[in-house]
Amino acid sequence: MNVQTALFYLLSAILVFAALRVVTARNPVHAALWLVLAFFTAAAHWLMLRAEFLAIALVLVYVGAVMVLFLFVVMMLDVNFDNLRTQFKSYLPVGATVFVLVLVEMALVLLGNKPVGVAVATAPAPTGGSNTKALGVLLYTDYVYPFEIAAVVLLVAIIAAIALTHRRRRETKYQDPGKQVRIRAQDRVRVLSMPSEKNDS
Amino acid sequence: MSFLAAPPTLSHYLVLGAVLFAISMAGIFLNRRNVIILLMAIELMLLAVNLNFIAFSSFLDDMAGQVFVFFILTVAAAESAIGLAILVLLFRNVGSIDVEDLDELKG
Repeated sequence: MNVQTALFYLLSAILVFAALRVVTARNPVHAALWLVLAFFTAAAHWLMLRAEFLAIALVLVYVGAVMVLFLFVVMMLDVNFDNLRTQFKSYLPVGATVFVLVLVEMALVLLGNKPVGVAVATAPAPTGGSNTKALGVLLYTDYVYPFEIAAVVLLVAIIAAIALTHRRRRETKYQDPGKQVRIRAQDRVRVLSMPSEKNDS
Repeated sequence: MSFLAAPPTLSHYLVLGAVLFAISMAGIFLNRRNVIILLMAIELMLLAVNLNFIAFSSFLDDMAGQVFVFFILTVAAAESAIGLAILVLLFRNVGSIDVEDLDELKG
């Protein structure tokens, strides 16, 4: 057993354990932190698979942004999480059954077929070049149209997230242009005709 | 036991991806009342799928798999951002994140 094999099993054990803790953790903050560990370990796996750019992107985007967002929401919401776990035990048989079923199905698929490796590569990996450069070249040539769509998806996500959570506060003062245009002079100023007072002195 | 002692092949990574996927699938059933854990289980599922994509990409010498993972990461980030925004809005209006409480549309 060489170093690569040992590393594979070590990382796999950590990854599977972290994933198990994510779905069984009592406290959602702990679940989020275990998910961070799972992402880190998966990034290490991806490094071993020579996908360096995506490994770094996973750490930056997921650990740095998405998981911080998760932790932020979990800590911001004042939720009684114990109530949400009252039926955890009763769901356990169903969950275990689904786990075994999915695993057996995947095992049948994996064991029943010949090992894959017959597909023709549409975009051969570079020999000796950097992974980031190869990915960038592909993204800006063959996949430039999906790349633009991905940018639009992100823009939509930004606008949707802000529009959903933005709340107009009641005490905020703001202008209503319609009312400003509709206003007439007599609504603002009232001319009174009053008798002027006699000057006694 | 030659499978265990051999250097990691494509099948090793596919088995790992299958185990991860099964765990997150079971997690959805276990935590079906807590929306936050449900979102985390979905993230874990996407991770398992991405692991499969990258394993195929690496062992078949095909960069297209990595490009696909790039797009999955993008869409997953957008999905979780909007999902959490909906979650915040939900908690603000209903005062709970329990899936059982979300029966407004039942009539």
